[in-house]
Amino acid sequence: MATTATPRTADAAAGSLTTARRNTATASWVAFKALLLRDLTVLRKQLNEFLPRTLLQPFLLVFVFTYVFPKIGQGVGGGTGPAAESAFATLLVAGVVGITILFQGIQSVALPMVQEFGYTKEIEDRVLAPLPVSLVAAGKVTSGAIQGLIAALLVFPIAAVVPANDVHLQFNWPVVLTLVPLACITSSALGLTFGTRFEPRTVPMMFGVIVIPLTFLGCVYYSWTALGPIKIWGFSWLKWLVLVNPLVYMSEGFRGAFTTADHMSLAVVYLALAGFAALFLYLGINGFKNRVLS
Amino acid sequence: MPAEAAGTPDSAREEEVIRTEGLTKVFPGGVKAVDNLDLSLRRGEIFGLLGPNGAGKTTTVGMLTSMVIPTEGSAVVGGVDVIAHPALAKQAIGVVPQTNTLDRSLSVEENLYFHGRFFGMSARDAKTEATRLLEKFWLTDRASAEVLELSGGMAQRLMVARAVMHRPAILFLDEPTAGLDPQSRIALWQILHELHAEGQTILLTTHYMEEADQLCNRVAIMDHGRILALDTPGVLKRGVGADTIVTVSADGHLDELAGLLEARVPGVTNAKRVDSTVQLLATGSKGVLPAVVTAAEQGGFTVTDLSLAEPTLETVFINLTGKELRD
Repeated sequence: MATTATPRTADAAAGSLTTARRNTATASWVAFKALLLRDLTVLRKQLNEFLPRTLLQPFLLVFVFTYVFPKIGQGVGGGTGPAAESAFATLLVAGVVGITILFQGIQSVALPMVQEFGYTKEIEDRVLAPLPVSLVAAGKVTSGAIQGLIAALLVFPIAAVVPANDVHLQFNWPVVLTLVPLACITSSALGLTFGTRFEPRTVPMMFGVIVIPLTFLGCVYYSWTALGPIKIWGFSWLKWLVLVNPLVYMSEGFRGAFTTADHMSLAVVYLALAGFAALFLYLGINGFKNRVLS
Repeated sequence: MPAEAAGTPDSAREEEVIRTEGLTKVFPGGVKAVDNLDLSLRRGEIFGLLGPNGAGKTTTVGMLTSMVIPTEGSAVVGGVDVIAHPALAKQAIGVVPQTNTLDRSLSVEENLYFHGRFFGMSARDAKTEATRLLEKFWLTDRASAEVLELSGGMAQRLMVARAVMHRPAILFLDEPTAGLDPQSRIALWQILHELHAEGQTILLTTHYMEEADQLCNRVAIMDHGRILALDTPGVLKRGVGADTIVTVSADGHLDELAGLLEARVPGVTNAKRVDSTVQLLATGSKGVLPAVVTAAEQGGFTVTDLSLAEPTLETVFINLTGKELRD
């Protein structure tokens, strides 16, 4: 049957609140925006949860490594003294923003979705909104990315101000304005992929086996180039191994975006993050469709 | 009906809100949940899919609401091919699923408000309509409550309100009263009657024969993915060919007793063992009970319980499948 037929949506006697059926593109766009509005409304209602879960971990990271350690004379980042401490704080600020964005993808997309698929089934109703199922998933990625962006904006000043020694900031605005959103989308898409593949039962494993290794091996506390000396038979194995970790490109890219620290080539960073974003979107949206449709 | 005023050449076709042909779903693993289903729903009717758990009712609703992808066949809902254009078809459907799918992060009123927004209502229309529906569904005093605070009956009413908010061409309810207390069930029936009176087309699935009998204009009896009979409840019941159902409990070999009673009791047209009773279909109830007792005792059986009823959809189901509706 042709879709060009435009039968009435409303039932005969039911009035005329929503009248003629709208074409799919218009209806999808309207529904997509409304889904985002719903997510942001929930975010606003749950700010008292969002703020501590977003701020506390980065704050503690920065506080312990760049405030407490220098104050008690414990060296980190390969040296003691204000210059080394300042260099480390500079290194860490980018990593902390990266880790914040990555965690936001897990917390704002993956964990709620695991619950909705596992217990509450709420998602089943949103999937009945008049837009393609893949766009419902894309909406989740978008709202997760927006939350990542908000989190990054909140955390950045903390990471820049808390350290006991100066943080050397240098903003490359075109890079900041493109790389931060790209990192947010990548993380949010990763959250979608996880959210559609883990069961409530296996969430602790997701953290223990995937998220924690990602953060420890994500060049958050050290720069990628510094891994060179870690060798077996003359091969810098760790330096190459961590390249499978998307967080590496966020941390390194942010070093280039807003600090004076050494960093990986930005071309590589963009290419890798775009690649990861595409991969996770593909896996996540397909995973979502598989969970919703049978 | 006002809809006819538009007078399009297709108006006769548009009277048909759902049409399926050869609709089939085979799940991975080879389970044929729905087998070659042909359905046609007319505008304004309440249509019931009646059958036991596992009959394929929920899968049927899933296919008609774009959530289950059919293996074969076609399904047109509200004039749109659901399989080819699911996103478009979703504009025409409202769904009340079996499980509570209310948005736990939102209040009662917000559940309605955002649903309206999903379906393209302006903020003001969504607000107005949410208020109106809360009143209509007796939820006004719960408007700002969390949905987890609602009783089962209230949650169900809110789900119905949400499903009709965008004025769907067809409202689906999957086992709407399963798990509800009797009072909530009657309240929901009343709501469905009202919606029906307003012209809402409704398809509901149920395994409660009273529900199908009370609510539905037409009922399809389903088992093992197939429709066994489809008509108005009255016609289905008359089709049993009897006006009285006698249920006999007795000691001894019941199949033998069934044969005995069918042969000896005047007016009995059919007798068969159903679980631990013998069920007789009879025309005319006069004198049947004493005759049953006499015949049974003469055959050496002791009758322990005896009851008389009019045919129900349950009788129809038993007649068609040889088993009771409840699993």
